[in-house]
Amino acid sequence: MPMKYSKKELDKICIELRKDIVTMLNKAGSGHAGGSLGSVEILVSLYWNVIKHNPKNPEWEERDYFILSKGHVCPAWYAVLARRGYFSREELWTLRKFGSILQGHPHHLKTPGVEASTGSLGQGLSISNGIAMAMRFQNKPNRVYCLLGDGEVQEGAVWEAGMTAAHYKLDNICATIDRNMLQIDGITEEVMGLENLEEKWRAFNWHVINVDGHNVEELTKAYDEAMTVKGKPTMVIAKTVKGKGVSFIENQVDWHGKAPNDEEYKKAMAELEEAERRLG
Amino acid sequence: MGIVKEMHLVEDLHNVNSKPTRDGYGEALLILGETNPKVVVMDADLAKSTRTVWFREKFPEKFIDMGIAEQDMLATAGGLALGGMIPFCSTYGVFVAGRAWDQIRTTICYGEFNVKIGGMHGGISVGPDGATHQSLEEVPLMRVLPGMTVFSPTDAIEGRKVALFAAEHIGPTYIRYGREAVPIITTEETPFNPWKAEVYRTGDDVAIIAAGTLVYEGLLAAEELAKEGIEARVINCHTIKPMDIETIVNAAKECGAIVTAEEHSVIGGLGGAVAEVICQHYPVPMRIIGIEDRFGESGEPEELMKAFGMSAENIIKNVKEVLDMKE
Ligand SMILES: Cc1ncc(C[n+]2csc(CCOP(=O)(O)OP(=O)(O)O)c2C)c(N)n1
Repeated sequence: MPMKYSKKELDKICIELRKDIVTMLNKAGSGHAGGSLGSVEILVSLYWNVIKHNPKNPEWEERDYFILSKGHVCPAWYAVLARRGYFSREELWTLRKFGSILQGHPHHLKTPGVEASTGSLGQGLSISNGIAMAMRFQNKPNRVYCLLGDGEVQEGAVWEAGMTAAHYKLDNICATIDRNMLQIDGITEEVMGLENLEEKWRAFNWHVINVDGHNVEELTKAYDEAMTVKGKPTMVIAKTVKGKGVSFIENQVDWHGKAPNDEEYKKAMAELEEAERRLG
Repeated sequence: MGIVKEMHLVEDLHNVNSKPTRDGYGEALLILGETNPKVVVMDADLAKSTRTVWFREKFPEKFIDMGIAEQDMLATAGGLALGGMIPFCSTYGVFVAGRAWDQIRTTICYGEFNVKIGGMHGGISVGPDGATHQSLEEVPLMRVLPGMTVFSPTDAIEGRKVALFAAEHIGPTYIRYGREAVPIITTEETPFNPWKAEVYRTGDDVAIIAAGTLVYEGLLAAEELAKEGIEARVINCHTIKPMDIETIVNAAKECGAIVTAEEHSVIGGLGGAVAEVICQHYPVPMRIIGIEDRFGESGEPEELMKAFGMSAENIIKNVKEVLDMKE
């Protein structure tokens, strides 16, 4: 399937979304900057090129499902949902505020387009399996997408879900691991080594695809490939840079759960605007 | 005073058949397999014990074996519910309410997903397997969760009615079942209203509010007490959450003293739930019978029930104590 949107169009959208994310976090005064900025291209590929959805009717029977298992990066998801028209962009500035439809971690009873409530890591892949099974019971073609963090994969329940998806040959599932090599306490390989991550998923009978997680073309191609895989779930391991797009946040462990203050916000916006100019 | 006819209980409390309440779960699932196309049954390698094996044999295409992976089972159930199915998750109480609590909390209850949980092996009467398998803590773990409905059926017939109702009810539901054969005291004709605590015996001196198999012991205790001129009201409180406040408060007002009895820890179970109602609406002297703050141990079910005070004698003793407090 060809890209519905060109790489240049999407790259521009990614920068716009990053500006939204730093603005949201600055206004909120808290939230997860690193993971949010790093997962933008993954979400954009899915929401612009891959998944079937209808922002005007989030419960559309024929929609594909997306589960954000790493719920803490919801600022990026909220920015995507707003830009796709699930709710007004003005709502973004209420993130984490009392009475907001945008909770600190995703809650599906509050936010249009959010399917399940996540934030306690290690549950989203199981939820995805359940949806995939339900679709199969009802002979429906809807597909299920799930985004996990690499640190999150240390949760044992993720591997239970890995076994389940493969055991039941859930080829209507395509999950992505945001492989940014960082978690809260440091580098994943130092905190609790995950390698060889690719071989682990292969050994669990998943179809595995490695991609550059900041290249929307590569990501889209991977998701297209997943649609052709029969009898197996697909895991896309997306190599990313945590904090991507803002130099002083990139690859910084300390920026995991932090929001930019006013000064940092200005610096970040200047960088992103400069990147936008360069893109033309 | 005496047994309420309209409850259509068994004729003779001293001549009753016995069956594990979990059989009621298995029977209900068989019915649901025929009648409700949305129902799917999940198990975590305990299908024989949870009685889901009966469903598996008849409806293999609607049975999902999850392997020994309770956390995965519960979050997957959330996804199944989101996708339009009604999953019944089945395993032992310890392994579901304990091991998978966070999945039940965040994915199922916070998300208001329509998931049913059959938690087996509640209580000390699990017997020789010992403390690891005797679940004495599920009630507070489940009832503290917003949106969760918690049932503790008294016998196999009621256990079946509860599970059938759970399939109709929209919302997370936990049903506490037991392993051992216990007296069947209700009949097909016994009314089952999920939101009502049923008065099985009238009396105005003291109210015995019980759940599970302790309802039977409560009825036996009331019979003995009547011989001494003490008229005890016996209430089957099969629905621990939401609690039928009206019936409980009426019992406090009209009887002036309450004894609760359950095969569960004395902390946070039926007793705790009744106390929360009583102390805020109509405080009266109260006693909570259950497993004192400790783990169970191995033994034959019957000897454990006696040793841990899960008996009519212990109820009688507590009734007398609470009556002393009353005046
Ligand atoms: C069950 C659970 N344990 C701990 C946390 C706290 N927590 C939030 S984010 C995070 C690190 C996640 O790391 P990773 O999955 O690599 O995400 P990323 O680095 O992409 O943000 C932790 C430990 C949580 N949300 N859930």
